[in-house]
Amino acid sequence: MATTTHLEAHATGHDAASHDAHTPTGWRRWVYSTNHKDIGVMYLIFAIIAGILGGLLSGAMRLELQEPGIQIFHGLAAMAYGMDPAGGEALDAGKHMYNVFTTAHALIMIFFMVMPATMGGFANYFAPLMIGAPDTAFPRINNIAFWLLPPAFILLLMSMFFEGPAGALGTGGGWTIYPPLSTSGQPGPAMDFAILSLHVAGISSILGSINLITTIFNMRAPGMTLHKMPLFAWSVLVTAFLLLLALPVLAGGITMLLTDRNFGTTFFAPEGGGDPVLFQHLFWFFGHPEVYIMILPGFGIISHIVSTFSRKPIFGYMAMAYAMVAIGFVGFVVWAHHMYTTGLSLDVQRYFVAATMVIAVPTGVKIFSWIATMWGGSITFRTPMLWAIGFIFLFTVGGVTGVVLANAGADRALHDTYYVVAHFHYVLSLGAVFSIFAGWYYWYPKMFGYMYSEFLGKVHFWTMFIGVNLVFFPQHFLGLAGMPRRYIDYPDAFALWNRVSSIGYYITFLSMLIFFYAMWEAARKKRPAGDNPWGEGATTLEWTLSSPPPFHQFSTLPKIDSTNAH
Amino acid sequence: MPGQYHLQPSVTVIMDSIVAFHDGILMWSITAIVVLVLALLIVIVVRFNAKANPVPAKFTHNTMVEIVWTVLPIIVLIIIAIPSFGVLADQLTTPDGERKYLGSNIFSFGEVEVPAAEMTVKATGEQWYWNYEYVDQTKFFDSNMLQEPERLAEKPGQPRLLAVDNELVVPVDTTVRVQVTASPTGVIHAFAVPSFGIKIDAVPGRLNETWFNARETGIYYGQCSELCGKDHAFMPIAVRVVTKEEFAAFMAGFESGGDYASANATLAAIQ
Repeated sequence: MATTTHLEAHATGHDAASHDAHTPTGWRRWVYSTNHKDIGVMYLIFAIIAGILGGLLSGAMRLELQEPGIQIFHGLAAMAYGMDPAGGEALDAGKHMYNVFTTAHALIMIFFMVMPATMGGFANYFAPLMIGAPDTAFPRINNIAFWLLPPAFILLLMSMFFEGPAGALGTGGGWTIYPPLSTSGQPGPAMDFAILSLHVAGISSILGSINLITTIFNMRAPGMTLHKMPLFAWSVLVTAFLLLLALPVLAGGITMLLTDRNFGTTFFAPEGGGDPVLFQHLFWFFGHPEVYIMILPGFGIISHIVSTFSRKPIFGYMAMAYAMVAIGFVGFVVWAHHMYTTGLSLDVQRYFVAATMVIAVPTGVKIFSWIATMWGGSITFRTPMLWAIGFIFLFTVGGVTGVVLANAGADRALHDTYYVVAHFHYVLSLGAVFSIFAGWYYWYPKMFGYMYSEFLGKVHFWTMFIGVNLVFFPQHFLGLAGMPRRYIDYPDAFALWNRVSSIGYYITFLSMLIFFYAMWEAARKKRPAGDNPWGEGATTLEWTLSSPPPFHQFSTLPKIDSTNAH
Repeated sequence: MPGQYHLQPSVTVIMDSIVAFHDGILMWSITAIVVLVLALLIVIVVRFNAKANPVPAKFTHNTMVEIVWTVLPIIVLIIIAIPSFGVLADQLTTPDGERKYLGSNIFSFGEVEVPAAEMTVKATGEQWYWNYEYVDQTKFFDSNMLQEPERLAEKPGQPRLLAVDNELVVPVDTTVRVQVTASPTGVIHAFAVPSFGIKIDAVPGRLNETWFNARETGIYYGQCSELCGKDHAFMPIAVRVVTKEEFAAFMAGFESGGDYASANATLAAIQ
């Protein structure tokens, strides 16, 4: 990208000097922040904290599933409730607690880890930089959007300590919160806390997306048409629209759940003429776009990393941008493929099979275009590139099992088994999370001004790559053999692959320790990164600024005079 | 089966088609795609690293290649879709005696004859056990998982977490219509028997229907497949397929004795 050459001088010199006097300091800088970069950093820190908690919950689950029988949860329950660990009461409480853990793990990872990291952190920080904007359009909305998240998270955590079903703490209805299990099945306030948490998190996301959409539509630098806009900004734009259209449907659904629970309505209760399956339609009308919400920003991140380290422009830019638009659009009309076993009619299932398979086409375009971007390139395998290539491969694995599940005929055998667990962890835990780590290592020097250790970053990558594959690949086998998901205990025949999966968790856990050590090391060594540590391949606007960028950037807007701005 | 990495063995025409579809088409296509992507990545790592290729190419478009990688996946998807729709239609169409089913030959137009449904059983999901009803005879009973001490005492040869006190007894080579629902004041469960290739939700206030026709006698196990609360993992489904004569005696025993225990007494005890 050829931006005007005086830009750098402006950004680093003039801006910093003239605005430093207005920079708030101390806690005011963060709590009152209207600065998209500071808010982005807060989102990322929040996501890391939530990710640690969500990861520990899954650790308890893998520990439990390592051997057949119930080994730890009756003990955990005994501790939490102060019961005799050998008694039947503790066993029952433990079984419910396991469901509470699966529910909380999913909700935390989705709403408080992946979404804050991608749409909160990276989108806030880098979308304005990439389009040459001084900040987002609505900085105060940005502030409230972030500060709604901690209370939402606290509400969710509080739900784990209130009564769910009679005599047991927390809500164990799964992240899908299907009624009647989430209504008459768990009458206590725990479920209401979880619903309110989703409401608040949803408001946060809607506000955030309004801000990002407005920013991207109105605040692009002169000359940056939509078709010259970097792909990450495209991915954020598409994702923001998905959030804006999908979340209100969830909000409506869970509000009806709330009134069913507390005010005597019967939207989902058959005894009052309602229908439990109606909730599933509402939920998945949100829930399916939600999975694209989690992965699309990753698509954008990966495109830039692949291009940067191949020292080659993105292959098929227009196809890449519109593939994301297509995925977002089709993502809204495939929701009932999550419901093949609810008793949908043959014609309805046929439609959802066909529509779902269509998504494979734009997804394939993206995979092949990344490969074509690397083809003929001069590739350096720095840490972000390793994560990006890992992402491409693992996302392909997760994608093809999605094609299998799309077929209602095959899904009959696999629905609600570990095959589904393996599938969605390959696209999310190994897809979205790998893209988040890719983005983190890619932009770490830009955000903090220091270089991480290449060696530690690579060790982190390889340990995690081996770990997560060991966790999730054997789960395909479990699913094919028929092991249902959300089970605290399983028939002894499933023992082998469960043990392998648990060992994989320990390796993944080790990789996270390596990650935190790498971050500590980078913060301590303070190796200056320079404005652009990645060289000529890094062509987007954020690399024209200092590292970290000045508190306010682009006081003089950059002019995009290149014919190929992406 | 310990260490198993494939679908369970089939005993119905429906599961035959699922196995043929999954093992014959889906596994091959998805493996080919993954291997293709992996091979391309390996070529890229070997040929286009900075040492091997110091000067990057500058191309950003190749219309021909882009058309190919759009059209080829569409063709693969169509090849998958053709049997997929057939397999699906078989599952959702209860036999009338005339319709022919695919079986293992999923690219046929149907070549396996399946007799019309001769009997109906109703499975009702409760928290946390199943209630079964022989609808034609209006005979019903509960089926609970055997706790470990009971299993070891009564049916030590049956697997842990799957053995139940009262199996659902059905005749071999007979088309059985299964109606599935849940207790009207309860929660959603799902009735699944992998070897039969059936899985259908038990939803309060709804009567879902599926069917099977098992060709081999034996006990076939399944497990509740929709999260239903703390004992979700502990409400297995056990279907005992017996000969038609044995089933007639079983039903006669049910009529005369009036309960499941006297009916079950006509069958050989399960070890």
